[in-house]
Amino acid sequence: MKDHAGARLIKDMIFKCAVCLFAFISLLPLYLILYYITKNGIMVINWDFLFSLPRPIGESGGGVFNAIIGTVMLIILSCIMSIPCGIAAGIYLSENKKGKLSNTIRLCVIVLQGTPSIVIGIIAYLWVVAPLKTFSALSGGIALSIMMLPVIIKTTEETLKLIPYHLKEASLALGVPYHRTILKVILPSGISGILTGILLSVARITGETAPLLFTAFGNQFMNMNILKPIDSLPYRIFYYAMSPYPEWHSFAWGASFILVVLTLALNLFARGISVKWKIQF
Amino acid sequence: MENTVLKVENFCAFFGDNKILKEVNLSVSKNVVAALMGPSGCGKTTLIRCVNRMHELIPGTAISGKMTLVNEDIYTMQPIVLRRKVGMVFQKPNPFPTMSIYENVIAGYKLNGIRIPRGELDNIVEQSLKKAALWEEVKDTLHRKGTFLSGGQQQRLCIARALAMDPEILLLDEPTSALDPKSTSQIEELFVELKKNVTMLLVTHNIAQAARVSDFTAFIYLGELIEFGPTEKMFTVPKDKRTEEYLTGKFG
Amino acid sequence: MKTKKKTASGGNRSEKRFNMALTASGGFIVVLLFAVFATLLAAAVASIKEFGLFFFIGKTWDSSTETFGALPFLVGTLCTSFLALLISIPFSIAISIFLGEYFKEGAVSTFLRSAVEVLAGIPSVIYGLWGLFLLMPAVRLLETQIGAPPHGVGIFTSSLILAIMIIPFSASIGREVITLVPGDLKEAAYSLGATRFEVIKNIIIPYARSGIIAGILLALGRAIGETMAVTMLIGNSNFLPTGIFSPANTMASVIANEFAEATGITASSLIYIALVLFFVTTVVNIIGTYVIQKVSIESSKEVT
Repeated sequence: MKDHAGARLIKDMIFKCAVCLFAFISLLPLYLILYYITKNGIMVINWDFLFSLPRPIGESGGGVFNAIIGTVMLIILSCIMSIPCGIAAGIYLSENKKGKLSNTIRLCVIVLQGTPSIVIGIIAYLWVVAPLKTFSALSGGIALSIMMLPVIIKTTEETLKLIPYHLKEASLALGVPYHRTILKVILPSGISGILTGILLSVARITGETAPLLFTAFGNQFMNMNILKPIDSLPYRIFYYAMSPYPEWHSFAWGASFILVVLTLALNLFARGISVKWKIQF
Repeated sequence: MENTVLKVENFCAFFGDNKILKEVNLSVSKNVVAALMGPSGCGKTTLIRCVNRMHELIPGTAISGKMTLVNEDIYTMQPIVLRRKVGMVFQKPNPFPTMSIYENVIAGYKLNGIRIPRGELDNIVEQSLKKAALWEEVKDTLHRKGTFLSGGQQQRLCIARALAMDPEILLLDEPTSALDPKSTSQIEELFVELKKNVTMLLVTHNIAQAARVSDFTAFIYLGELIEFGPTEKMFTVPKDKRTEEYLTGKFG
Repeated sequence: MKTKKKTASGGNRSEKRFNMALTASGGFIVVLLFAVFATLLAAAVASIKEFGLFFFIGKTWDSSTETFGALPFLVGTLCTSFLALLISIPFSIAISIFLGEYFKEGAVSTFLRSAVEVLAGIPSVIYGLWGLFLLMPAVRLLETQIGAPPHGVGIFTSSLILAIMIIPFSASIGREVITLVPGDLKEAAYSLGATRFEVIKNIIIPYARSGIIAGILLALGRAIGETMAVTMLIGNSNFLPTGIFSPANTMASVIANEFAEATGITASSLIYIALVLFFVTTVVNIIGTYVIQKVSIESSKEVT
């Protein structure tokens, strides 16, 4: 019956140390990535880099202004296309918890969320680029909005599910019509969760490159026409990184720095909203 | 007393700044059932969790005073060694869902990495299940998962799991509060049977249960041990006014 | 909806419209997914007709002779994603146990959790950039040390970067399922005298096993579909890889590399690959999500 309590406790300690060690080793890449982006990126960032257009190789200087504008335009385009539909579908799911259509929609959301971004790029190419015979901001926006949709639907559904039923009953009992109850009572109560979801999905698509490769493509000039190819930060990083010129490599780091700051800010902002605007029931 | 199993002296327990137990003194002798009763939140569960040092799993707890198990200081022992000598049965039946009935009974050995020959293990399983009055019901399904059993059977399986370690004392934390009346009375009968070999410390908020199964009863109120003595005496002539009020249902 | 009474403001008609809009949006998702599938299928049909199932065993991918076999890319995808999984598992499980059991709250836990979240939020292309300028020279150094041809890029480099990228996913799912393990089971084990390690090994891991596996499965789904970082690091070679240091192409990276310039049967064959990719990730994701839903429903039942 005697067992070795000491040996077992040592084993316990060793295991705990191993867990801590492995957990912190996995942070090493994060540290290295952030370090190199900051170190190599911050050097290139100046007024010229932020607010001028790329110059052809041979001329020094130039910037990524068109890529920043392009990224903003792509985000706006995809938000316009995905938010209304996403929220409406989310409301539908939270109002119809059971039912064949709801279950099918849920399954589709899962599948859509897991679909590789490159496949969505091909879809946008086949739907928009091929018929119009030109790469365009519109096709990029469509690809990105398909990627945003599942995130928005899921967060909307989950947020609305948490809103207490008595809130709805209270409104209905006052004689408020059903749709006004949803729009004026339920949606505002869930606004922080829904906004968080939208921001997180925007953060996710801001860095997406694969779906833009054959949709928005890239453009070294400023472009505001949504039917023309448009530049974007992630595409510019890819283009510069794969080029053989050291100066462009450092531009890639600079653009990465902007992109990381942008996505991290979006993430932080999203979390801030979910904490600050949270409505207590 | 020579045959004292558990002795508690000037024992206090704290959670943060709250004093949950105040100067508790108590001794439990061999082969009796001692019941701890009192209104919920009075500290009775805390007291038995201090006996096997389970309170240490929750950060922010502290204790003072002394507790001995068969003349050995509980607070100088290794918790893992101590806990093998102190069996515990919880409010809700909690057989391990990933293990079969057989494995559940010997879980104490399995978890502690003690290797025992198969034949002896079979023997331990059979004896423990017999003591817990579950053998006849499960002897043909020993290798199925324990979760298909009824609530009462699951709780008896948990008792068998605790008994398999051959503990000095068995802590029972409101073991019947999640069960139906029929399973409750089965388990109460089991306690009377078990008393022949095992010392038991039973937490209950059910006054009638304390009266039915225990030899000694302690009444705890707001962290204080108000009264401790033979059950019969306490239920007929309580010394303290608060005990009387509790027993007659004035509060709690 | 039928039980709703007519309201004073004659809201019945707008109510109907409202409900129709909701249903239409929901239905749109279903149509969208179906359209995605149908479009891929239609565009791939030329290649499917030409190569059929031989597509999966053909070793040659050559657009000048118009012979297309996807085996090199299938192998490339399998090798990179499973190698990545293998590398990531010890780390993601360690993080899950760290956050789900050892340090559930407190400053250390918040720090690690937010760090993992940041790791998940870094865009793929930046992983690629970082890999290109730091991981690649490091791997090249390793290759010269062990006498392998010093490509720097290839399956091994891609697997490393993929492993880093998928750790956050399996770790966060692992953490969730580990925190779902009922406290009373852990207490029961402690009351029998088990150490924390024994509780983790014998109670927590077996209980959370299916959820942890599902998390790993979902991470696999991501690894299979991951494009940019792999495209930048795998070396873009359309031949069957010969070892783990050999340059290759995955299904996703060959599309990224070739689709923009592809026409006719080449484009169709690339879309055929996309269709396979879509199918595989769909299956992996549905299984993974289904298992996780089952795990969380079961544990919510236990609580009530």
